[in-house]
Parts: sequence; C-alpha cells; structure tokens
Amino acid sequence: MSALFEARAVTKRFGGLVAINRVDYALERGISSIIGPNGAGKTTLFNVFTGLYEPDGGEVTFRGRSLLGLRPDQITALGVCRTFQNIRLFANMTAIENVLVGMHARVPLHLWDALTHRPRFHAVERGLWQRGGELLERVGLRGKANEVARNLPYGDQRRLELARALASGPALLLLDEPTAGMTQGEAGHLMGLLRQLVADLGLAILLIEHNMRVVMEVSDRVTVLDHGEKIAEGLPREVQGDARVVEAYLGRRASRKSHAAP
Amino acid sequence: MIRSVTAVAVVALSATLVAVFPRSILVFLAFQCSLLFVYVTRIPGWLRAGLLGLALIVLMPLIGFFNGYYLEVATQVGIFAALALGLNIVVGLAGLLDLGYVAFFAVGAYSWAIFGSPQANLIFGGGFPLAPGWFYVFLFVGLGVAALTGVLLGLPVLRLRGDYLAIVTLGFGEVIRVLANNLDKPINLTNGPKGITPIGRPPALGIPYNEAFYFLVLLIVVVVIVVNRRLEDSHIGRAWEAMREDELAAQAMGVPLVRAKLMAFACGASFAGVMGVVFSAKQIFINPESFTFLESIGVLAMVILGGMGSIPGAVVGATVVTVLNLQVLKGFSLWLNELKNAGVTVLGYSLANLPTQLEPAKYERMVFGIILVLMMIFRPQGIFPARRRQRELAQAQQDSTVTPVVTS
Repeated sequence: MSALFEARAVTKRFGGLVAINRVDYALERGISSIIGPNGAGKTTLFNVFTGLYEPDGGEVTFRGRSLLGLRPDQITALGVCRTFQNIRLFANMTAIENVLVGMHARVPLHLWDALTHRPRFHAVERGLWQRGGELLERVGLRGKANEVARNLPYGDQRRLELARALASGPALLLLDEPTAGMTQGEAGHLMGLLRQLVADLGLAILLIEHNMRVVMEVSDRVTVLDHGEKIAEGLPREVQGDARVVEAYLGRRASRKSHAAP
Repeated sequence: MIRSVTAVAVVALSATLVAVFPRSILVFLAFQCSLLFVYVTRIPGWLRAGLLGLALIVLMPLIGFFNGYYLEVATQVGIFAALALGLNIVVGLAGLLDLGYVAFFAVGAYSWAIFGSPQANLIFGGGFPLAPGWFYVFLFVGLGVAALTGVLLGLPVLRLRGDYLAIVTLGFGEVIRVLANNLDKPINLTNGPKGITPIGRPPALGIPYNEAFYFLVLLIVVVVIVVNRRLEDSHIGRAWEAMREDELAAQAMGVPLVRAKLMAFACGASFAGVMGVVFSAKQIFINPESFTFLESIGVLAMVILGGMGSIPGAVVGATVVTVLNLQVLKGFSLWLNELKNAGVTVLGYSLANLPTQLEPAKYERMVFGIILVLMMIFRPQGIFPARRRQRELAQAQQDSTVTPVVTS
C-alpha cells in the first residue's frame, strides 16, 4: 500500500552544498506542515516535489506514479499544484484570468476549437469562467474578478495565488508560506479556509510555514527540517517537545538543558 | 447621433476629395484618417462596421480607379498588416522577440515562386509552371510550410529567452536569406540572387489584377484578424500571456511551455507564409533582396509603433509605417527636390547649392528613425496599446475598464 504522496531518500546538492540529504516523506489527505529554520531546505524540497529541480538521488511518487523526470506542467496535470513563497502571479492579468490560466491543464479544447468557435467552445469557456468565479468567491475575492492582480492588496494576492492553484484541480496542494505578511487574524482566516478545503474536496495540503501558532493549530502532522535533514516528525505537540527541534531553533545550550530534564 | 452624422460626413467628404484630387497625397492621408476616426469615435457598432466595410470594399477600389497607385499602397498596407498581426502573436502575446520574422514570409513566397514558375522544371524535369488555379491551393501550402519552418526554428531556441532568443532568430532570418541566395547549386532551387520570374498569377474572375489582389489581401487580413482575436480570447491566448508574464509560474500552473511556444511560432509564421504566396504572385518576380533583415525590423517597428499585443495596433502600425515609407517620406523628398530645382532660397541660402550628400531622398530613413525615437519617448505603449500593455507601462495608473466575466 503506497501513500498518496511519497518521497524516499531524496537528495539535492548545489555544488558542494547538500541542500537536502536523504529525506523520506509521505503524506495522506489532511494538512501537513514542514517547518525549520531559514535555509533548512524547505523550499528546495518543494521545488523537487513539483519538478522545478531534478533531485540528485531518491524517488518521488504520487498515487504510486513516479514524478521524477516529469516537467512541472505534467506534474500539475497529474494533480499536484503549488504556490510560491514570493508571490508569482501574472501581475498584469486580472484575477479571473489568473485563475483561468490555472485551469489550463484541464481545458478539454484544442487549437481547432478555439479557431472555429464550435458551440462546444462556448459551452466549455462559459463553464471555465463560471468555475473561476466560484473559486474566487471561495477564497474570499468575490467582486474582484476583474481587478488586475498587481493592484490587489498583499493578502488578496496570496489568496488569489491559492485560487489559481486550486483551479488546476489538484489532489495535493503545496503552499509555500501562505500566511507570510498576513496579520494573525488574516492567517487564522486562511487556515479556516484550508480546513474547509480539506473537508469539502478531500485535498491533501502541505504547508511550509513560519508562523508557529498557525502551524500548531492547523496541522495534522508536522515535519521539521534542519540543514537538509529531517530531524523530527509527528503530531504538533510531539514535535514541539522534541529536543532536537528546540535545538535547531534555539541553539545548543537550550538543548542541553532539555536533555537533562527527562 | 451627431457623432454618427459626423462620421458619415467625414468619410463621404474625404472620399469625394480623393476623387476630385486624385494626385494629392494629403487628401489620401485625410481619407485614411477618416477611417481611423470612424474606428475610434463612439458610434453604434453596426454603423462603424458598415462605414469601414463600405470604405474598404467599395470606396477604396473606386479610388484605385482614379489613382491606381493608391490601391497599390492599400494592398501593401494589407500585406504588412497581416505580417504585423502574425508577429504580434509571437512578440506581443507570447513575448518571444523574433528578429527574423521575414524568413517565414520568404518561405511562403518561394514555395509558390518555385512551383508557379518554370523554375521547378530545373528540379523535376517538366510540367511546370502549375496551372494558375493551383495558386489557391498554395495559399494553404505556404501556410503549412511556414508553420513547419516556425516549429523547426522554435525547437532549438525553446530554452532561450529575451536577448538570446532575439539573436538566434536574427541569425535564422539571415540563414533563410543566404540559403535563398545560394541554393542555385548544386540543384537550382531558388535561382540565387537573380531571383525567380515570371511567377504565375491566380485566375482573377475577370476583375483587373490590381483590384483582385487588393480584395484577396483584404480577405486574408480579415481572416487573420478573426483568427488573432479568437486565439487571444481562448485558453491558448491566456497561456501565452501567462508565459510572457512569468514563464516559471505559467509552467507550474500547467502550461506546457514547449507546446505553447511552438504553437506561437507556428501561428505567427503561418500568416507570413500565406502573405508570402500572395506577395510572390503579385510581384511576379522575387529575389532574396525582398527578405532582408531590414524587412524584419520594419515589421517589428509596425508592431511596436501600433502597440504590442494589440490587434488594432498592429493594423494601424502597419498602415502608418507603410504609408510613411511609400508616400509621406517620398512625397517629402520630392517636394524638397522641387524646391531645390526651383532654386528657392531659405534664409539667404540657395537650396540649389545643397551638397548631394544632403539630398532629401537620403533623409527618408533618418526621418523614419526620428519618428520612431520620438514615439518611444512620448508614447512608448504604442498608438493603440493593448489593455495589458498599458498596465505594464503605467503601473500606478488604475485602469478601470472592466472585462466581461463571461465571454460569449
């Protein structure tokens, strides 16, 4: 029985630097988080998972199918989609257009349909716009469909990126610091939305997050990376108490103290 | 209502003036401007379409009756409008800077030139030129061959962006021209620098050739505009624009970059291919000199002048550049020459003493260059900028025009 998404012994090197060292990872539906200090290799891991980087070793499978050697767009078509740490919207396109691009892999039309404008084209296109509108509403951007992405406030841009990723109909959503730059209230709101998505669509969501309160509240499972290695994994409260995690975040002296405790 | 009446009056007046003064370039320019006025002024859609249709289908050929050269200019404008629209897909929508676009035009032109003239006899032994009717088949052959060439060019340059892509496409354009120049041996395919002639003309159904070519070009331009529009408003157009905005994000959202880029190259190239076929038949004679780097730059200038990524922009840009080159600058030169020959003195200096290096005919390119530079300084987004381009250039300015949520 293989998990929905599984990575085994993934390694990624940049020259002499080992960014990720033999990381095993598996997840099922629900919300999982990856945390770790800056430079721990979290985003690198995301990039390997979504095909932006080719790993130097290891295996990545989704629904039992290997993702290695696939292009990012093929991986998206299989049902793994992501957002970016530094928001990468199509800045000069409107919100709805951004979402429509997200649907690209699921559009059942060809060049010929677009040129001839067969009735099917209009039907499909209308369906796309309608679904796009629903997605925008879902993430709380109702009425902003025709706003140009670059003109949206920061929090809305993050939400729009989420809608765009959702538009590709993913089974696994990878979110790279979705609450960065948000207030605690906004972040809480977004997490409620993610919970809702998991409940409604049966999604698996993988978060990279720095906001510890958010992580501990929302995650079903937390994985901690440090220096490219997995140092802890488990329920949020298990991880919180883990000595190596505390060491990674706070430094060595604190860790000696906690070693002495048990 | 007042606007509608004005629009009708302006077109009627300018057309009449052209009939009365068939030699005056200024009057013909006024006629062109009246069409532009009809396009931009706020009148009911049916009236606008009707007036433009009337002007292009009825008035323009009539004007050609008074002054055949104007029809020739209009045909040239049409040819370059189609080229600009094709390049607009590659550069304006997909954001791939192509400096060798005229190569596809050449490929289309040579495909009919070789088979529509006795040239093919040198390769296949006999049976050529093909009957004139084949011209219409070759419109599609030219389209196909050019699209294929587009894919061939696209494949090796897929990983390149920006400057690098521009350099490679520039080289590609030169390669095609040099090939045309040198493929007269070992097998004489293109007849080298001497060019191919006579190239067969299509059966024209009893219409004079000038009018026939005008209508053919007009028809093709209309088809090209419709195709351009439909591509722009489809998932393909959106993918191209996304690719231009952020290639990496587009790919991560499921846009297959290779396919999308090849499709852009092929679509853009195919328009040039079709027009190449028409061009070769119209000119009867072609040689590699018609497909120089300067032509590619000219077409690019049309796209940029009109407004990148904008369909009306490409058409207006093509019109402005072509009319500028064929009529305005030539007219300017002629006028200055007349002054010179008449020995007019300006500020006590007789123009007749002007050194030959400063002959007005030699200013043409310079004046064109100055216009382009001024344009880039004062209106970098082009004459008719695309919605998106406007945003890119005037970031702070909030554009409140609203696109329909559901296109139909």
